[in-house]
Amino acid sequence: MERDDLIVNDSYSLNAHHSEEDGVKIRKNIWKVTVILTLLTTVEVFMGVFFKRSETFTWSMIKWTFIVLTIVKAAYIVLVFMHLGDERSNLKKVVLAPYMLFIGYLLFIAITEGFGHLMSFNNFH
Amino acid sequence: MGGEASKAISKEELWGGGQSPFSVSYGKMMMWYFLVSDALTFGGLLTAYGFVRASSEDAWPIGEQVFRALPGLDGQYPLIYVALMTFILIVSSVTMVLAVESGHRNDKSGVIRWMGLTIIGGFFFLGSQAWEWSHFIHGSGGSFLLAENVSVTSDDGQAFNLTKGDAVYMDQHFGHLAEPWLEGSPNISLVDSDHGVKLVEIGEHSHEAELHALTLNKYIENESHVSGDEAMKLWNARSSTFSFGANMHDNEYGIQQSYANFFFFITGFHGFHVFSGVVINIIIFIMAIQGVFERRRHYEMVEKVGLYWHFVDLVWVFVFTFFYLV
Repeated sequence: MERDDLIVNDSYSLNAHHSEEDGVKIRKNIWKVTVILTLLTTVEVFMGVFFKRSETFTWSMIKWTFIVLTIVKAAYIVLVFMHLGDERSNLKKVVLAPYMLFIGYLLFIAITEGFGHLMSFNNFH
Repeated sequence: MGGEASKAISKEELWGGGQSPFSVSYGKMMMWYFLVSDALTFGGLLTAYGFVRASSEDAWPIGEQVFRALPGLDGQYPLIYVALMTFILIVSSVTMVLAVESGHRNDKSGVIRWMGLTIIGGFFFLGSQAWEWSHFIHGSGGSFLLAENVSVTSDDGQAFNLTKGDAVYMDQHFGHLAEPWLEGSPNISLVDSDHGVKLVEIGEHSHEAELHALTLNKYIENESHVSGDEAMKLWNARSSTFSFGANMHDNEYGIQQSYANFFFFITGFHGFHVFSGVVINIIIFIMAIQGVFERRRHYEMVEKVGLYWHFVDLVWVFVFTFFYLV
């Protein structure tokens, strides 16, 4: 099968092969990320169970903490487990840039349209 | 890691044609493009959930009060089961990345071992989700709506002025008999007991359930229990509208049917992804055993399905936060 991922010196792109010594290092990193992901999830569950929603200020801080922790977890999964961190930076941008746009769009739409339900439907006629 | 992907190559050579400027194969790049678009679908679903929830005028059911059962146990364990599902998925993601790593060393037995464990993890997750759906559909006791305004005092002394149409929740044992009783089962009857009323089932499975306590605000803020004469006041004010568990047009968890519908759609769509992931993993697992990749001298297919499998984990991280926690 002809390959379409060869670069200048005709070697294979991601250098899919690595040595035993590199393997040891990579596995160590994988287990480290596993521990981090598990700890973050445990922290999230404890926060969700112990903090009461009636305390509005605390709860809104908790919500933001959830969102930040989620993004941290997502970054570990994408950059380490999915190896995006090891890819060429143009591929990184192709994958991540749509989400930068999407998040910006979402913030815009949430702020401008978020109060739409308070208006009467008849106003739109 | 890194390898050729991190090598500095001049722009002219990279974009000059004849090679992949991203230094990835066609298949892997298309997998990334697919995942980018698929993530937007999930993003759309979670955004829709957020908007519907924010625009709801009634209190929205909260995760730690809806999801607090464990299989075979009676007590309350808020979010523990969902946390367990999350952990299973994270672990199966780890075994997948270890399979990819073995592939990079051309270690066939390592790939087979870790892929096998990944598939087992996938089945565990699917099984957990099946139980969770079953529990969600059957409910934990059911609810009825009030036909008139009632004022009651809860066990901890709070006064509640309930209005017509407010929901009151039964416990699991009473609700279990109430459902067939309402459907007109001839073996079940409602009789007076020492403390109020009870449902008695005669025949093969004869047993009875007393109306010990009713619950207010079971799935939202300020959950309170009402028992004794106060509970009887609520029971006597019941309307004919009962809900047990959830389906596509009725649910006991909230006034909003969209809550149940979003649960079914979001977790169902994710579960369908997990199911497809397990099927694809099995195919690659068999190919690895047959030595297809050994003959090809690279295990890039494992890397491609690995991307898909990690994506499934990634989506769950977001579903966990935005559906269960927030």
